[in-house]
Amino acid sequence: MSKVAEHTPGRKLFSSKIAALVVWTITIIWTIPTFGLFVSSFRSKADIYATGWWHVFLHPHFTLANYHDVLFGSQTQAAVANGVLPYLVNSIVITIPAVIIPIVVATMAAYSLAWVKFKGSDFVFFFIFALQIVPLQMSLIPLLQLFTGGAHIGSITIIPKLGIAGHFAGIWLPHAMFAMPLAIYLLHNFIASLPRDLMEAAYMDGANHFKVFRQIVIPLSIPAIAAFAIFQFLWVWNDLLVALTFASGTEEIAPINAKLASLVGQFGSGWQLLTAGAFISIAIPLIVFFSLQRFFVRGLLSGSVK
Amino acid sequence: MTISKKGRFASAGVAAVALIASMITGVGSAHAAYNCDPFAGYKGIKGKTVTIFTSILDPELSTMKAAWADFTSCTGVNIKIEGSNQFEALLPVRVKGGNAPDLALIPQPGLLAAMVKTGKVKTAPAGVVANVNKYYSASWKNLGSVGGKFYAAPLGSNMKSLVWYSPKQFAKNGYTVPTTWDGMLALADKMAANNQTAFCGGIGSGGATGWPATDWLEEVVVRMYGQQTYNDWISHKVKFSDPKIIAAMQKVADWMQNPKYVGDVKAIASTSFQDAGQTIAAGGCNMLQQASFYGSQLPAGTNISPTGDVFAFYLPTINASVTTPVEGGGEFTTAFSSRPEVQAVQAYLSSATYATSRVNLDHWVSANSGVPLAAYKDPIDRLSAKYLADPKSTFVFDASDAMPAAVGAGKEWTEFTAWFAEGKAIKDVAAAIDAAWPKA
Repeated sequence: MSKVAEHTPGRKLFSSKIAALVVWTITIIWTIPTFGLFVSSFRSKADIYATGWWHVFLHPHFTLANYHDVLFGSQTQAAVANGVLPYLVNSIVITIPAVIIPIVVATMAAYSLAWVKFKGSDFVFFFIFALQIVPLQMSLIPLLQLFTGGAHIGSITIIPKLGIAGHFAGIWLPHAMFAMPLAIYLLHNFIASLPRDLMEAAYMDGANHFKVFRQIVIPLSIPAIAAFAIFQFLWVWNDLLVALTFASGTEEIAPINAKLASLVGQFGSGWQLLTAGAFISIAIPLIVFFSLQRFFVRGLLSGSVK
Repeated sequence: MTISKKGRFASAGVAAVALIASMITGVGSAHAAYNCDPFAGYKGIKGKTVTIFTSILDPELSTMKAAWADFTSCTGVNIKIEGSNQFEALLPVRVKGGNAPDLALIPQPGLLAAMVKTGKVKTAPAGVVANVNKYYSASWKNLGSVGGKFYAAPLGSNMKSLVWYSPKQFAKNGYTVPTTWDGMLALADKMAANNQTAFCGGIGSGGATGWPATDWLEEVVVRMYGQQTYNDWISHKVKFSDPKIIAAMQKVADWMQNPKYVGDVKAIASTSFQDAGQTIAAGGCNMLQQASFYGSQLPAGTNISPTGDVFAFYLPTINASVTTPVEGGGEFTTAFSSRPEVQAVQAYLSSATYATSRVNLDHWVSANSGVPLAAYKDPIDRLSAKYLADPKSTFVFDASDAMPAAVGAGKEWTEFTAWFAEGKAIKDVAAAIDAAWPKA
């Protein structure tokens, strides 16, 4: 495939020197704000408020105090009296199930929609795919009402009240729901493109759907699953809206983003904490991304280009 | 907007000391450390939990916890408070979704009225009504009422009608504190003649950018026309495009958009309100109209006193027939539950015991007349409390807080930002705000 690609005009265009220059320029411009934040996180509060971060090149003066305060707590900064580590743990507790639940459900759904022929399966797939256009924000209040009050027609209870608002489950479920259309779409396209011969050979050998799913589909789908896992992980990790709506901002449950949003404080006097806190919260997604990134491009392409 | 949102004033240092102090007493001999007598009336709430949702963040949030620490220790009630800078957006979502907190500290009467409309707000229990009748003026009680029913007791309050200046710089340059509006502008002319910047200004405040400018207009409106027109303006009987309000906006433009007084007008929109007055002590600019809480924005170690680096004077009146106009604000303890423990906490928060405990901890002003003036250690707080408690003053609540949220916490901010940043014409600004007014 790469031999063919080298001869296409697109490939040539993107390997020219001018293109490289453009790409590098864009990359640098996009990175500057993050770099500035990074430099600021090592500056003292007084420095941050007095001068811009680029002054460090002339007057290098760094401190680890911001990271110390944010990680281990500070007696003089009430906003981080206990540090942000409890919130970091909350973020992990929220994110891992919110990634695993949609993967489990969506992989099974994608397999059955692709390989188990039943009447209307195309329509079901199309319907699920179309659900992607429903904006998350629109469903916040109805979903919250469902969690706190259940669903009723007259006096008949369709769905009992779950009472999970304010608990971790109340964050996992919305995330899993909102992720489902994209997850099923991505995985369906990948799983549907697995070689038919392979499946048929397995059926001939007497394997049932469960066996095929477990022993053929899942191992072959790892790149697509990993790609979606990265997507979902980053989305859930960076989410603030769902967490604030379905849970609350207290230390028992709030993710690190909710804490970061308030670190700057009542009077905007905590920027130095925000810079360090932001980098601590970035660290974990970076680890996830770089450890899974080789799947990322492969998995993305596999679902779409064939 | 919202004095109260940005409003309460707490120094991190004091808060931390208070926290540590409360920890130490908590660890030590528990019974000797605090006096439980004032809380004898709150019974049967041990082990119960009350949730509070607020826009107040640290460091002030921690100070609040320290202020009610004795109450929670003595009664055994557990108060879980959550502060969010997305309070105004999240509260309606949670209330409509059935996930309302027990108590919300609402800083905008407009938002309070919107919440009452949902039917989820409980009227004030007897204990709260008794406290408010005893300690607060009728105007404060009216502010916590919607449609003639009393719902929410005031908690914190503050005063906006102040101008920050440097007594030392004034003494050095031979300036005197003005007592009339024209006197203030004459002083500004004098400063301009000396090549000094008379007025500092900054209306930047993140998602709430523009609110300091709404205060400037409110101060001018109440000073020109008095309480009646001001209240009619809040209820939209007097529109923004009314000649009276247009004239008031022109008065603001002559004051805070006058390049002779402020230098670069556009810079006001891009300067945060926190940064605006940082150079007052050094004489960079001379006067800043800002609320009482502005003192906590000044650099640590600034001597805030009548003879110090920085102090404040009362923003003088324009029309002599309007006696001592005072603009202020505060937040209101609104209940979404009538469980006994919620009502007990609600009653405690409206009492003079809580207000005094809170005043003792740091810079905080209450309109609660049960707090002795001597309890205020800070001269600015005492100055504010004096005006807030004065029965003769023409007291008005922050108009943008009292207007419907779509205007007072939305269109007015963005239009005023455009007014300063882009020089948008006054009549266009007024027309755009009128157009955003919700149809009744």
